[in-house]
Amino acid sequence: MANIKSVSKKTKAQAMGMHTEVLTGRTQQKFFNPDEAENFYYFGTYDVDFNKRTDLDVKDMTAAEANKKIDNLMSQGYGTIVIKNPQGKHSLGVGILNKLNLIFEGSLGYFGMGSCDGPIVRINGRVGWSCAENLMAGKVVIEKNAGSCFGAAIRGGDLICKGSVGARTGIDQKGGTIIIGGDAGAFTGFMMQRGRIIILGDVGINLGDSMYDGTIFVGGEIGSYGSDAVDAELTKSDQDWLKRKLKVAEIGENFDVSKMKKIVAGKKLWNYDNLEPAEKKGAI
Amino acid sequence: MCGIAGLIHRGKSSKVGHELQGMLQALKHRGEDSTGYALYGDTDGKNFIMRFKVGENVGEGSTSVAEDVSVYDERKKIVDSYLEEMGAKVVKEERILPYSLRYEIEYNKKDLLEFSQKIESIPGVEILSMGKSLEVIKDLGNAKMVCDRYNLDKLVGTHAIGHARMATESGVDIKSAHPFWGYPFSDVSVVHNGQLTNYWNNRRALENKGMRFMSECDSELIAVYLAEKMREGASLEEGMKESLTGLDGVFTYFVATKDSLGMAKDTMAAKPLVLYESDDLVAMGSEEIAIRSILPQEIDTYDPFDGEVKVWQI
Repeated sequence: MANIKSVSKKTKAQAMGMHTEVLTGRTQQKFFNPDEAENFYYFGTYDVDFNKRTDLDVKDMTAAEANKKIDNLMSQGYGTIVIKNPQGKHSLGVGILNKLNLIFEGSLGYFGMGSCDGPIVRINGRVGWSCAENLMAGKVVIEKNAGSCFGAAIRGGDLICKGSVGARTGIDQKGGTIIIGGDAGAFTGFMMQRGRIIILGDVGINLGDSMYDGTIFVGGEIGSYGSDAVDAELTKSDQDWLKRKLKVAEIGENFDVSKMKKIVAGKKLWNYDNLEPAEKKGAI
Repeated sequence: MCGIAGLIHRGKSSKVGHELQGMLQALKHRGEDSTGYALYGDTDGKNFIMRFKVGENVGEGSTSVAEDVSVYDERKKIVDSYLEEMGAKVVKEERILPYSLRYEIEYNKKDLLEFSQKIESIPGVEILSMGKSLEVIKDLGNAKMVCDRYNLDKLVGTHAIGHARMATESGVDIKSAHPFWGYPFSDVSVVHNGQLTNYWNNRRALENKGMRFMSECDSELIAVYLAEKMREGASLEEGMKESLTGLDGVFTYFVATKDSLGMAKDTMAAKPLVLYESDDLVAMGSEEIAIRSILPQEIDTYDPFDGEVKVWQI
């Protein structure tokens, strides 16, 4: 990142990942002014103390009530929240844009931990479909199995399932890392665009189908490759990264990463302009 | 969308009506146009139980045309006379609703095709199920409404499958509701979540072979497809495995027989299913909350993979 103290306002804003272009017309968009950085406020966030801990029993709550309660506890400064009796409820823990230690004592239903940015989450159970969809940052660890569309469209953070996952894991993934301790179903990495997926077990048919970019590492057998998914050389730096990542994820620490397969995009599908019609057919 | 649920107790009986009601009610957000139960009750196995309807529920939300109750009475009379003609003796008769009846029948022939064809030749009459253990109960409304209406709470048995329906492909009526009986096989029933895209091709082919369709619901195809495979000599599991390629589209379905329960998931794994399996109980549903309604404690569940077929015995 550029030294933001010594560059122009526009460059400074761009270096911080913001955009400065002025739109005309009826836009309601507010533009970030780096001179006001100290006043920058990320909506829905609070200062929390990780040592301030509480339990929350959601047995008789709806998902909306439980999520509001979590938000309320964060606003009171609680940085560690233990959720009791989630009992497979859908949409628990969604939209948390905060640093937070969140522990679920049980299983979640669909869309658990969706659209989050920053929390560290441990789920001592199973999760249903579309867990951690659109995760921006943070870490979500599932101790048991996960349903389909695990980590759909995540942009960042680490998503770890110690058991097996269903179909379409990492569909439309745009960043971050997904780690699976067991097996994964069909269409894993379908249309992924960036980021990494690590599967220690076997994976189903059509792996990496229509992937644009990104990398998939597989430790077990592959059912079949999807369109435009190809093998790549597993480099020394890949192995080092895998070892480091698995260690941090506390999963498969003794796994022999040198035998893993590396799958990437052949990049023949999306780069249509450079292909003759016959080549396009061949790619499919 | 639709939701499906099923359970099988291994080595014991339980209040499966009550349990399935809880599971299906937990899935009511997936659809409550109609709800259906296929319950496998404890019986002495001597007589057939025939659940049939002589009309439709024309209540709120129904797409059926209202008929006078006297029409139902007429149809019932013809059913009774046909039964007598075929040598079937009605041991017990219950008229649960004006259009819905349950008969216990003493009938000694094994082939139910001729029997069913005769009964269903009466316009407006449909056999919902025929078996020595199976009872299919389906009607408009959510699981609790149907359970209360038919007093299913106390039914004791070994296994059951059920369906909460959001009508998308066909009408809101009983004939399009699941489960479907595996006509003309005794004690076979099917529920399905998904959409079959080669329905008409398969239907035409099966009708040419003499198989019967009562609705225009694509899910009925699964019951008929499996019945045809079994008629050709395949086992239930073999038929289910063949269905993975014979049926096109997205599906998760359950099929039950007198002593077994099975599931199949299409090769794209596009429809959800969560499964819990222990030594004495298998429970499964479109969502985990269905299983949680009977097993609130922490349990290990998983999603079966694409193209998976499983069958359990009682």
